[in-house]
Amino acid sequence: MHIAVCIKQVPDSAQIRVHPVTNTIMRQGVPAIVNPFDLFALEEALRIKDATGATVTVLTMGPPPAEEALRKCLSFGADHAILITDKVFSGADTLATSFVLASALRTLNERQPLDLIFTGKQTIDGDTAQVGPGIAIRLGYQLLTYVSKIRELDPAARRLVVERRAEGGVQVLQSALPAVITMLEGGNEMRFADMPGMFRAARQEVEIWNRDGAGITDLTQVGLKGSPTAVAQVFGPKPKAVKAQRIEGATPAEMAEAFVDKLFADFPQLEGELLAHLDQLAGQDSGLAAPQGESA
Amino acid sequence: MSDDTDIAKPIKKPKRVLPERFKSYKNVWVFVEHEHGHVHPVSWELLGKGRKLADTLGCELAVAILGGTAPEVRALVDEAACYGADLCYLMQSDVLADYRNQTYTVGMTELVNAYQPEILLLGATAQGRDLAGSVATTLLTGLTADCTGLEIDPSDKSLLSSRPTFGGSLMCTIVNLATRPQMATVRPRVMPMPARQSGRTIRVIEHPFSLVEEAVVTKVIDFIPDARADKPQLAFADFIVSGGRGLAKPENFAKVFALAKVLGAEVGASRPAVHAGWTDPERQVGQSGKTVRPKLYIAAGISGAVQHRVGMEGADAIAAINVDANAPIFDFANYALVGNALELLPALQAAFEKRLAAARARQGAAAQDEGAR
Repeated sequence: MHIAVCIKQVPDSAQIRVHPVTNTIMRQGVPAIVNPFDLFALEEALRIKDATGATVTVLTMGPPPAEEALRKCLSFGADHAILITDKVFSGADTLATSFVLASALRTLNERQPLDLIFTGKQTIDGDTAQVGPGIAIRLGYQLLTYVSKIRELDPAARRLVVERRAEGGVQVLQSALPAVITMLEGGNEMRFADMPGMFRAARQEVEIWNRDGAGITDLTQVGLKGSPTAVAQVFGPKPKAVKAQRIEGATPAEMAEAFVDKLFADFPQLEGELLAHLDQLAGQDSGLAAPQGESA
Repeated sequence: MSDDTDIAKPIKKPKRVLPERFKSYKNVWVFVEHEHGHVHPVSWELLGKGRKLADTLGCELAVAILGGTAPEVRALVDEAACYGADLCYLMQSDVLADYRNQTYTVGMTELVNAYQPEILLLGATAQGRDLAGSVATTLLTGLTADCTGLEIDPSDKSLLSSRPTFGGSLMCTIVNLATRPQMATVRPRVMPMPARQSGRTIRVIEHPFSLVEEAVVTKVIDFIPDARADKPQLAFADFIVSGGRGLAKPENFAKVFALAKVLGAEVGASRPAVHAGWTDPERQVGQSGKTVRPKLYIAAGISGAVQHRVGMEGADAIAAINVDANAPIFDFANYALVGNALELLPALQAAFEKRLAAARARQGAAAQDEGAR
C-alpha cells in the first residue's frame, strides 16, 4: 500500500498578535508548526503503516522553510517527504493549491500507485476545508471528509468502511480505494518522535519538486493566475459604536451586584426569560427522573 | 525576517474582467441542506441574506433542493417559499436519498451548468463544506469559506465576501475575479433567521438526475444519530458563560460551570482554552468553533480576538470579565467588568442567585395574591 499525507506548515496562530495601534500583524517570533489537524491525518496513516507495512509519503506545497515541517513528519515515522515549491505557486487560493497538489500526486502515483490520500479536516490559518475536496475531485478519487474512524480497510478487496461526522449524527460509509480522507481531530492521538526517528529524519532526504518535478505545464492554473478569488481588503475589527459600560465596585461582590442590577434594568424582559428557562430545565430534569423513580 | 509586519492597508482592488460566457449568469441560489427529513436551519438563515442580495441585484432568489422521492422532500419547496425563495430547482431521485459527495456533486454541477446562477450560497456545515469544495472544483470557480458578511459591490454588482483572516486576528474581503457562480459558505447562526411568511408562491423547475445507483461507489451503510443529551447545545443556547486562558488553570473552569449552573446556561470556551486541553472542543465558540446568538453571553478571561468575536457578537447582551482594561473584548461588549475572573465569577454567581431568589419570591407572592382574590 502507498499512502500520501498532505500537510501544511502554518504559523502557530495562538501566538499571533495584532499591534493595538497600527492594526498590523506582528509575525516576529511566531513559530511555524505542522497544521495540528494534519497530524491526526499523519497518525492515521502511520497506524495503517504499522498494521500493513504501507509506505507513507508526506507532501506539502509551500516556501522552502516548509521543509522543516516535512522533517517533523519524517521523525514521526513517514518514509518519504516531498516539498513542492516554486515561485510561480505563490499567491495561490484553494483552487490553485489543489491543482498543484493533484498534479504532484499524479506524478507520485506513477512512481508507486496510491491507495489513500490523507489530510487534516482543515488548516488553522485558512480554515477553509476546501483543498481536500479539491484534490479528490481533480483526481477522481472517492472523497470521505470529517472521518472520525476507519472501521475496516481491506487493500486486497480495495474496500474500506469509515465513520464520518455528519450533521446530527455519524454516517457509516462503505467506499472504495483509492480515496481521499480528511481526518477529524480527536480520533487518535499523535505519537511522539523517538530518538532514532529524529536522527533518521535529520539524515533523510526531502525531495524538492518545482513545477517540472510536479508535472505542471499549464501555468495559468497555478499561483495568483490560477486563483479565481482575490483578497480585496484586509481590515481590523471595528469597535462598536457604543463603548462597553464600565461596571464599578469596590469589591468583586459590589461589582457583581451592580452588574446584575444594570443588566436587568437595561433588558427588562431578561429576568422573566431567565426564570422561564430555569423552570423549563427543571421540568426536563423531573421528566427524565420519573422513569428511574418508577423502576426503583 | 525582512518583514515583521504585514500592513493591513486596503489592497488595491484587483482588476476584474468577466468573460463573455459568464455575463448571462444571474440569480442568487441557496443550497437547501437536509438530512433524515430535517432541514438544517442555516439554509433558511441563508435565504434571509439571499433575499437582501437578490433585491439589491434586482434578480430572483432560488433554492436548489436535491433529495429522494419521499414526499418530505417535496414539502421543503413550500417551506423554502415561506423563507423568501421565488424559485426552486428540484432534483429528486432515490439515488439522492442520503447525502453523498459523489451524487450531490454531480447533481449540483448539472443544475449550475444548466441554470447558471450568479451567486451560490451553502451552509458551512459538514455537508455544505464537503459539497461546496467539490462543486467549486468541478466548476473551477472561486469559493470563500465561512463568510461573516456578504454584500454587493455597488460599482460592479459583484459579491464582496468578508471573513476573518490571519488565524482570526483580522478581517478580509474576498472577491471572485472572473468566474461564476460566486460561491460562499456561511456558518450556522451567523445570519439571523428571517421571519416565516406563509402564503408566498414559488415556481418549481424539476430537473432529472443522471446517475444510477450502480454508478455510485460510496454506500451509506448506517447512520448513528447523536444522543442529544450528552453534547453541549451551544449554538441554540439562550444563556452562555464562556471561559478563556485568563482563568489561568484548567481547574478554574469549575467556576465557569458553577455560574452557568445558576443561569441554566451552556458553557463555552475560547480557542486557546480548548487548544490547551482545558475543555471539550465541542464547547469552542468562534470562527473555528460554534457561532452563537444567545440572549446573554458572559465571557470570563477571554481577550476577544477576532476569531472569537465573530462567533458571539450576535448575542443580545455581552458581559466581559478581564483584568486588562484594554482587552479587545471591551470594544464590543456591552458591559466591562475589569477585574479578576476568579473572584468575579463566584461573586456573579452569588449576585444572580440572590436576584433570582428575590424574583422567585415576588412570583410566589403574586401567585398568592392571585389565589386570595
